Amino acid sequence: MHDMSAHAHVAHHAAPTGFIRKYIFSIDHKVIGKQYYLLALVAVFVGMVLSWLMRLHLGWTNLAIPGLHLLSSNGAPGDVMTPEYYLQLMTMHGTIMVFFVLTTAPFAAFGNYFLPIQVGAEDMPFPHFNMMSFWVTFVAFLVMIASFFAADGPTLGGWTQYVPLSAVGSASGPGQGTGVVLWAASIAIFCVGQLLGSLNFITTTLDMRTKGMSLWRLPLSSWAWFITSIMGLTAFAVLMPACILLILDHVAGTSFFVPSNLVLNDQLVPHSGGSTLLWQHLFWFFGHPEVYIAIVPGMGIVSHVLIANMRRPLLSHRVMVYSMGALAVLSYMVYGHHMFVSGMNPISSIAFSFPTLIITIPSTIIVLIWMGSLYGSRLRINTASLFALGMVSMFISGGVSGFFLAQPSLDIMLHATYFVVGHFHLVMAVAAIFGIFSGTYFWFPKMYGRMMNETLGKIHFWLTFVGTYCIFMPFHYLGLAGNIRRYQAFVDDYLQPLIPVHKFITVAALATGAVQFIFLYNLIHSRFWGDPAPDNPWEATSLEWATPTTPPPFDNFGGNLPVVYHDPYQYGIEGSTGDYVMQNSPEQIHTVRDEA
Amino acid sequence: MATTVHEPPKIDSNRKPLKSDSGNGGWRNLVPADGQSRLTQQYAPPPASTGIWVGLAAISMTFAALTSALVVRKGASLDWRHFSLPWILYLNTGVLLASSVTLEIARRRVASYMGGMRSKGTDPAKWLYVTLGLGLVFVAGQYFAWRQLSAQGFYLATNPSSSFFYVLTAAHALHVLGGLGGLTRVIRKLGKTVLRRSTLDATSRYWHFMDVLWVYLLLLLWMKL
Repeated sequence: MHDMSAHAHVAHHAAPTGFIRKYIFSIDHKVIGKQYYLLALVAVFVGMVLSWLMRLHLGWTNLAIPGLHLLSSNGAPGDVMTPEYYLQLMTMHGTIMVFFVLTTAPFAAFGNYFLPIQVGAEDMPFPHFNMMSFWVTFVAFLVMIASFFAADGPTLGGWTQYVPLSAVGSASGPGQGTGVVLWAASIAIFCVGQLLGSLNFITTTLDMRTKGMSLWRLPLSSWAWFITSIMGLTAFAVLMPACILLILDHVAGTSFFVPSNLVLNDQLVPHSGGSTLLWQHLFWFFGHPEVYIAIVPGMGIVSHVLIANMRRPLLSHRVMVYSMGALAVLSYMVYGHHMFVSGMNPISSIAFSFPTLIITIPSTIIVLIWMGSLYGSRLRINTASLFALGMVSMFISGGVSGFFLAQPSLDIMLHATYFVVGHFHLVMAVAAIFGIFSGTYFWFPKMYGRMMNETLGKIHFWLTFVGTYCIFMPFHYLGLAGNIRRYQAFVDDYLQPLIPVHKFITVAALATGAVQFIFLYNLIHSRFWGDPAPDNPWEATSLEWATPTTPPPFDNFGGNLPVVYHDPYQYGIEGSTGDYVMQNSPEQIHTVRDEA
Repeated sequence: MATTVHEPPKIDSNRKPLKSDSGNGGWRNLVPADGQSRLTQQYAPPPASTGIWVGLAAISMTFAALTSALVVRKGASLDWRHFSLPWILYLNTGVLLASSVTLEIARRRVASYMGGMRSKGTDPAKWLYVTLGLGLVFVAGQYFAWRQLSAQGFYLATNPSSSFFYVLTAAHALHVLGGLGGLTRVIRKLGKTVLRRSTLDATSRYWHFMDVLWVYLLLLLWMKL
């Protein structure tokens, strides 16, 4: 009873009419991808402003920041940030950045837009679930923002919300009542959105590939989104019940996490018997795959962009895919490295340290493949390839510090210092952001039919590259010097000499943040007034460059699904016309692999 | 690009895809098309079938997380109080198992109906309605179980064991309600004869999974609570 062609299983939805159906409640994966991108753009702006407020306070503790009392009169009386408010802003910075930027932009935004096109499909198989996934994520964002306006502000327990601090309610500080409940509700809602998204990604990759598109003919960005969606499916499904149990501890009087004999403000906390480590296990079982969810799409994007600009494939396509897969599998076995000093059994520390060191192997292989492929290539330099190179640089810089943190004996000194903060900002935050930028500059012509301004792009790259190193490299020095993280001021003797370093970092952060407005200007200006883009400005081979129009029509290929004849990265093939062969070109070529 | 004039590409309109290891076919691609690209298109599984396995994987992870939370919490402190499960739960299990049986009967009836065998008087949706009814009875029975338990003084926050009882049974019941929604959708589509086999298959798979999940939860609760 199978239909003659798989694509008939997707509702052949007619072109949408009306503003609401076209741009607001759209089932078109391209519109949904752009909506996610816009959400991430707003979120990154909010997160960046929060980081500026944090950095100003760290450099100049009693600084009155004009207008801050408008954001919170309790948290900033007279525009001077209270210590608790610093922690609240820090928590929101981390939460918004990790969830609403790093999980949303590389995976949901670009993945939703380009995965169906790269596999040669008309749309995803469950377009209504896809629409729901965006709007659910949007609601989650609103709930998170709403916590700013709760009576005593958002939660202050860090994006990790460790218990018992996060579970005992408002007695433990401002924002710990309503703020925590809103945080946990927002994240639980976010998990639902991500699960719906992962459902679509996995089914698209497995079932919606066009004729001739075998799994090994998928571009590396598609592989990355596929692997990420499998991680997302399993990881977010664990975070959701954890958040629900946390909410129950708040509103229902249960004691999943609240331990016994806890005295707070001279009063015995009424709940008892809970396990504080339980939260950490549940959270980090999600948390570690989450950081790979943040970076693997960036790896796929960077591979894709670099190959198009090197005009040759990677040293080994399959090893790259296997390595990304290995990262995904191993990511579940290493989560305890966030808990070395938590009080869990030290033998568990060994058990987690070992796979943590093992996971450096596929990461290193990936980096070496990039570097080996770049060696001897004549890389075309444009903003997209520059940001791709920048991502490689950031990933290496940030990744190297991971080797040290992976060892419990060293982690005893380094845990909860700025060394960790420097590590994850470089390896995850900045690297992923560079991946997002690379993808933006690369795919903008296809999404909007216009080129972005190259000069502004290059200025954006160089200033951001230098700026982010100026911000985050000193963090390692601070951490080694003993600077504890999540402190809002440095009053101890041994921390006083470090304050000038913090001031430097603050200036660098403000300057680098200001540079991002060049990108924003470029984005908006190019959208309306950029040079018109050809269908395939980068002379790339994958199917997104084979759409009949630019931007693609609502059904991606105008009713004629492409047939794929070639592997994804046929550049520089001897005997072919031109220096690249598109995947759907019927041109016969001979490669080593084509020879039967 | 250089300004040399290239030969036009050699395009063979009768081109067949080369039989190579980079092509379709074989275990690598999950579709036994043996190198023939046309077959790949035909044999790609309907998305609903793949999709339901994906969804069930996510649900399994959720309940795995709750199970490990239960085990850890039980060992964390000495305040775990055992209580006997309300007897109605065992009855409910029978109801849910019966609903799986009736769903299978329904599928066969629907398959033969959609395949063209229409005899008078047999409503193909009848057994679907029976399944729906049994599902509702199950949910109602769960509600009675909660009432029974609270009558004995075990509420959500009374004790960690009762907390997990409520959380696990409520989570399961919510998913069962979702399954009831799916069954309703199947019945509606059948009424308009637009029901696809893959939709029915996916919905049944989900329902049977709810069954298996319930048996697992019952065993877990019986052993641990």
